[in-house]
Amino acid sequence: MSFLLTCPNCGVREVTDFGFGGEVSQRPTERPTWRELNTYNYFRRNVAGVQREWWVHRSGCRAWFLAERDTRTNEVLWTALPNAAPSPSPGTAVAS
Amino acid sequence: MDGAAERGAVAVARDGGGVVTRLPPQPGERIDRDRPISFSFDGTAVPAYRGDTIASALYANGRRIFSRSFKYHRPRGELCGCGRCGNSLVQVDGAPGIRACGEPVRPGMRVEHQNAWPSLERDVMSAVDRFAGPFTPPGFYYKTFIRPRSLWPLYEKLLRRAAGLGRLAPEQDERSWRTEYRRRHCDVLVVGGGIAGLAAALRAAELGADVVLCEEDVEPGGALLAEGGHERARELARRAAAAGVELLARAPALGFFDGLVPVWQGDTLHQIRAARHIAATGTIEQPLVFADNDLPGVMLSSGAVRLATLYGVKPGERAVVATTGDRGLHAALALKRLGVDVAVVADLRADAGGGELAAQVQAAGIGLRRGTTVVSAHGRAGVEAATLARVDADGRAVEGTAERVACDLLVVSGGAAPATSLLLQSGARARYDTASGRFFADRLPADVHVAGAVDGHEDADAAELSGLAAGAEAADALGRISSQDRRLLTEQRRELAARPEATAVATPPAVARGHGRGGKAFVDLDEDVTAKDIAYAVAEGYDSIELSKRYTTVTMGPTQGRFSQLASIRMLARETRTPLGDVGLTTARPPWSTVPMAALAGRPFEAAKRSAVHGRHRELRATVRWAGDWRRAYDYGDPEGEALAVQRDAGVIDVSTLGKLVVRGPDAGELLDRLYTNRMSTLAPGRIRYGVMTSEAGRITDDGTVGRIDDETFYVTTTSSGVGAVEQQFSWWLATWALDADVTDVTQGVAAINLAGPRAREILSRLTDADCSNEAIGYMDASEATVAGVRCLVMRIGFVGEVGYELHCAAPHGRSLWDAIAAQGARPFGLEPQRILRLQKLHILVGQDTDSESTPYGAAMPWAVRLDKEQDFIGRWALEHAAEHPAEAALVGFTCLGGEVPTEGAVVLVDGMPAGQVTSARRAPLLSTSIGMAWVPAALARDDARIVISDAGRRIAATVTTRPFYDPEGKVLRS
Repeated sequence: MSFLLTCPNCGVREVTDFGFGGEVSQRPTERPTWRELNTYNYFRRNVAGVQREWWVHRSGCRAWFLAERDTRTNEVLWTALPNAAPSPSPGTAVAS
Repeated sequence: MDGAAERGAVAVARDGGGVVTRLPPQPGERIDRDRPISFSFDGTAVPAYRGDTIASALYANGRRIFSRSFKYHRPRGELCGCGRCGNSLVQVDGAPGIRACGEPVRPGMRVEHQNAWPSLERDVMSAVDRFAGPFTPPGFYYKTFIRPRSLWPLYEKLLRRAAGLGRLAPEQDERSWRTEYRRRHCDVLVVGGGIAGLAAALRAAELGADVVLCEEDVEPGGALLAEGGHERARELARRAAAAGVELLARAPALGFFDGLVPVWQGDTLHQIRAARHIAATGTIEQPLVFADNDLPGVMLSSGAVRLATLYGVKPGERAVVATTGDRGLHAALALKRLGVDVAVVADLRADAGGGELAAQVQAAGIGLRRGTTVVSAHGRAGVEAATLARVDADGRAVEGTAERVACDLLVVSGGAAPATSLLLQSGARARYDTASGRFFADRLPADVHVAGAVDGHEDADAAELSGLAAGAEAADALGRISSQDRRLLTEQRRELAARPEATAVATPPAVARGHGRGGKAFVDLDEDVTAKDIAYAVAEGYDSIELSKRYTTVTMGPTQGRFSQLASIRMLARETRTPLGDVGLTTARPPWSTVPMAALAGRPFEAAKRSAVHGRHRELRATVRWAGDWRRAYDYGDPEGEALAVQRDAGVIDVSTLGKLVVRGPDAGELLDRLYTNRMSTLAPGRIRYGVMTSEAGRITDDGTVGRIDDETFYVTTTSSGVGAVEQQFSWWLATWALDADVTDVTQGVAAINLAGPRAREILSRLTDADCSNEAIGYMDASEATVAGVRCLVMRIGFVGEVGYELHCAAPHGRSLWDAIAAQGARPFGLEPQRILRLQKLHILVGQDTDSESTPYGAAMPWAVRLDKEQDFIGRWALEHAAEHPAEAALVGFTCLGGEVPTEGAVVLVDGMPAGQVTSARRAPLLSTSIGMAWVPAALARDDARIVISDAGRRIAATVTTRPFYDPEGKVLRS
């Protein structure tokens, strides 16, 4: 795996500068059933396509930010700090 | 047979016997004759000039054998003259696999031969060639050495000794060199510094692009440098540099990895990422396949010409040239001009190109044989003669056409194969062009352009024009081109398309043979694969290119098939009666050029963290060991004595390795409530609380203390190795929840020193004006104070079981604080005595006593979880579940009845079956017994339950304890 990622604070860097935080998932707001909790803990959508995911600039400013990336091509559509992230584009996988 | 009776037989010393074959100075030569230097080859001094390669200097001094072949140990000589073939691999200063014809000489460099014993001239293993040759077809080793199975280890040992090229030093005291990584982002990367690459780089740079060009030779210029165009090539390089192109010489591009191109240059591995790539990688001249085509003295035309024009070395006295196109005719003329007696040119084309060039050859007094090729070389340690003949479609010499010509140099030119490896790695597809008999790269990825000979534009003018166009196209794709420049580009493309086709090249037979038995005809010199081997593989059913490659190992040697792929395809096409274009192409994998593993591994970074007090620990002769990234004092020579000193008097330990975070902001308390399993927001300023963090699955991830400094500020300590992960967790949840707080890791900036023991309070009060009474600073209180002149955060924490004060101060003052405390008689103690003391208190060490399955309930810390808090927190749901479903295993203390100390990890047995394991065990000096912690079945988690520990064959009886061994009520701690 090798591509560039744009840290919203620091700019364009090699992906090896960053830590991957996995696909964005929604933490249950109500007390989940045991099955729901295990699904939240252990199951990922693992889409082949555009997904929204977390990254951290580990070797840089250490900020967490969001990105949309096509998992098939590693094309990064955008990156943004959480408060500046656009709403999901149509067809984007955001786990619920 | 041998050439004694040949007409014009030539005698040339072939044993490095000192016959010097330097030519008079050549225009554009690379050597500096005013700067003679010397290096050693196999212990003998070799004179050379600065600018020579190892091979050119050795050749100039009469050496003709440069290596012994991989399998048959046949003598091999110079082939390509440019560092691309595998014929001249040598060891340089102990490093194996260096290509002598690409490696410049340095004064004092120590060069040794490889793969021959005792010497290159007399190699014992060459007996394999004479005697075992016919009996070692492909697959021989697979088939022979597999039975009986039990003998394979012995076979393996012997075969490994016989196989391989070069020897690595078994041990190296110290790395003699190191490599650096360099990341370079640019607009355009041009691979190949021939005229096309230079023109492309220049044009792209002129149009404003940031351009890097890498070239594997010692200077850019490419083929033109040796073919009379050195002034033009060097001028173009100067202009490119002036336009801002970063020129990397002696820097091969190793491969194309998902848009990242590693370029190796000496001790630097450039990791180049470009928006656009231009491949101007040129062509690779192909050898011909005929009997004994591997004899020293058989040389590619480009190699012979390079040797003469760039290094002023006469490649031979009397030459025969065998060619399939104009290239050989040019070489013949060039060599003739240089004073080589070129006897005959055998041109496979029936009309020898039909043009002016053929007339020039004849006018120069060189015999021209049309429709003829070489079918056999003759000689023992080198070429002494060549047999030329007309051949039929099958490559057999036509009766009555054979002619034997004496020579000591057999120049071959089997056409030029586009160097498409990098392009194919980038995702392009190979396309066979029937007209030219070549494989070109087709269907290029969007960000890849081609220029020059690799795309079929071979002569200098066409190559330059195609380079200019490719450079403009790359700039266009970057949006850096004006409409005027775009019109120019269109014109250049039109001009390029209108250029006349290059003169025809004949397709050589897969293998040319004379009558009679004849010697081995090699398809692949790297791996010693003969034409017969491939025929044999096809006969055995390995009839696709991928299968025959793996079976015969053709193209799998150090050069990755650049001189053998085309030949193997022809051979396969012949044997399977398939058209050439249908045979297909195997993948030439990276790296393009031999690269030391050390260059890929990069420079070894071993991050070592040291506390501000580390120097003192060394002076005190501490045993220093790794603890995560930290270098830590394990003990100062007497761990049990140190532990006793803490319990009886006072001790001081450096705990600067603790992770330390400052959490600040209006929502800081809420953040901590959400991350720890207990309540932190209710802490009063000046108070401290122990806390555990779990994952969403309720498993313990870290522990530590949280102290409240003021309403909005908390000071958090974490485990020494956990701080990075904890900080990342904190900041991730902060980002997720959008809470108004921030977290700062201050671990490296803060020193922490723990003073503990019955005399700790007395010592502290002597060093500070602050009130140190139990009323003023009680257990789990925190306050700021000046201690020994150092501003500290004093935290009354007792993880070793005694009255203790943890003093946190700015790291630069750590040492003076330590000194002041030690001067009061507190005995330094290390990590090991601390483990003993902690164990007596049954304090868990996260990661040592817990693993990724441990919940606070299992770890006997239900008190650390506050399910009654209204705040949701990480792991709450899982912990609620865990509270309702008792754990199957529990962490308990144990005492060994016989005083044994079981190994950590030893198995706890129940009814003879494994049912748990020991996580910690130590001798406890004050208790005069040995104690430990273990996971046991929950039913056994009660005081005085008997357990049996199995430790490497020993059975150890122990009793369970659920309460701390020492001061279970914490009276000492709170006193």
